[in-house]
Amino acid sequence: MLITQLKTIDEIRTLAGSKTVIISCEGCKEVHFPECEATELYKELSDNGTALKVIRTEYICSPENLDVATRKHIDKINAADTVLVFACGVGVQSASAQFASKPVLAACDTIPLPGYQGVTPLEVDCDQCGECYLNGTGGICPIASCSKSLVNGQCGGCKDGKCEVDKDMECAWERIYKRLEKLELLENMKYPAKLRNFAPEA
Amino acid sequence: MRISELFARGEFVLTAEVGPPKGFHLDHLLHEAEEFLQDVHAINVTDCQSSVMRVSSLATCKALKDKGLNSIFQLTCRDRNRIALQSDLLAAAYFGIDNMLALTGDHTVMGDTKQAKPVFDLDSVSLLHCVKTLESGFDIAGNELDGDPPKFAKGAVVSPCSDSVDVQLAKMERKIEAGAEYFQTQAVYDSEKFIKFMDKAKQFNVPVQLGVIIPKNAGMANFMNNNIAGVSIPAWVIEELKADKEKTKAGITGVEITARVIKECRDYCQGVHIMALGWESKVPALLTQAGLR
Ligand code: SF4
Ligand code: SF4
Repeated sequence: MLITQLKTIDEIRTLAGSKTVIISCEGCKEVHFPECEATELYKELSDNGTALKVIRTEYICSPENLDVATRKHIDKINAADTVLVFACGVGVQSASAQFASKPVLAACDTIPLPGYQGVTPLEVDCDQCGECYLNGTGGICPIASCSKSLVNGQCGGCKDGKCEVDKDMECAWERIYKRLEKLELLENMKYPAKLRNFAPEA
Repeated sequence: MRISELFARGEFVLTAEVGPPKGFHLDHLLHEAEEFLQDVHAINVTDCQSSVMRVSSLATCKALKDKGLNSIFQLTCRDRNRIALQSDLLAAAYFGIDNMLALTGDHTVMGDTKQAKPVFDLDSVSLLHCVKTLESGFDIAGNELDGDPPKFAKGAVVSPCSDSVDVQLAKMERKIEAGAEYFQTQAVYDSEKFIKFMDKAKQFNVPVQLGVIIPKNAGMANFMNNNIAGVSIPAWVIEELKADKEKTKAGITGVEITARVIKECRDYCQGVHIMALGWESKVPALLTQAGLR
């Protein structure tokens, strides 16, 4: 895990919807994970019946670890409307790849920590942008996976599903569109213009 | 003048594109524009097209304006952050340039200065939003502008023949929501594809100009097919270009093909945008053959 902070409590409540399974990744908490606030929230969401299950585990950035940790709860995951992940952007992306037919949502924003780039080199990547976009993009990172880090949709350079910069690379926004189409969440694409915030955090 | 006013009056709007040179000598460009582009409503000026360093779009727009020609200031997000983009938009307003076209822009690695930093602080959607914000009298950081705010006809692009046409339509909708008032399309050669696209795009009720590139030869057509995103040239067009090499070389075949596409699509769009790519001299013949003058 990189360094994460929780999204606002109200936002997380909205994301959780009515039936969710929570995956809480506490792998590299030696860096930073807001454990106290998260635990309080897990309790609230379990007590009011929203969370069907809270899976506390570690290093979900590794697909094998994630699989081992979630396998025995797969019925609950199937019954849920969403999977809500408390982890860094890498963890959320590996979960969204694993549960490709379920909306996998991020409860945390991953913020930059100079020098520390995580522990697991993987095909998915997180640039620690500080305002995680994965909830609008079907769990595919537009910052690390799009050559221009675009946050408002595909550029005009995509050809045959490939990125203009590298013909061997899938266009991130093509993948995002297909994933949202599959999840029947294309409405997600209709948000007002987004502008990234490059101001260093106080 | 703002071309949005022409669309509003129901005119079929004609635009043509010019590419500024690598160097600051604009005489040739200005001469060609005065000679061949008098019959279009506005002239698009590209912004370091294909990420190749050239004299600026803004300076070229101003030079055209000084010759009494109406221009469209193309802005990409590749080379400037939001401060510089807004600053250039205000400069355009000062010069009386009141048409703009927002593009994300090609990546720097596509051009002749691959070492340059690709900026992409904004993109086509957030740039349109930014222009709209300036028009409301504020900059993007929320600070008030001095005096009357600028006003632009805000344009954007879309690729009707893209293999990802649904993704393109989704983006088109976002651009409209962000403020786009008219669209110019990537080059079209397949009228059927364009008409199908317009069938979906007409729900947005925003004027669309059919984009065309006069094909110079079969080699160019094959190159575009293989390398240019959003362009798909049917085999029959390539055959036609191959048939009579002399006729093709003289530009006659290319003009015929393009005029035919325009005629087939005319009833489905609100204007035509001609990307002559150095063949500005063929524009008058094209307009005549397409029945546009
Ligand atoms: S959007 Fe991407 S870069 Fe930003 S926090 Fe999420 S995974 Fe990381
Ligand atoms: S082609 Fe796709 S991945 Fe590449 S820069 Fe454009 S939107 Fe991003």
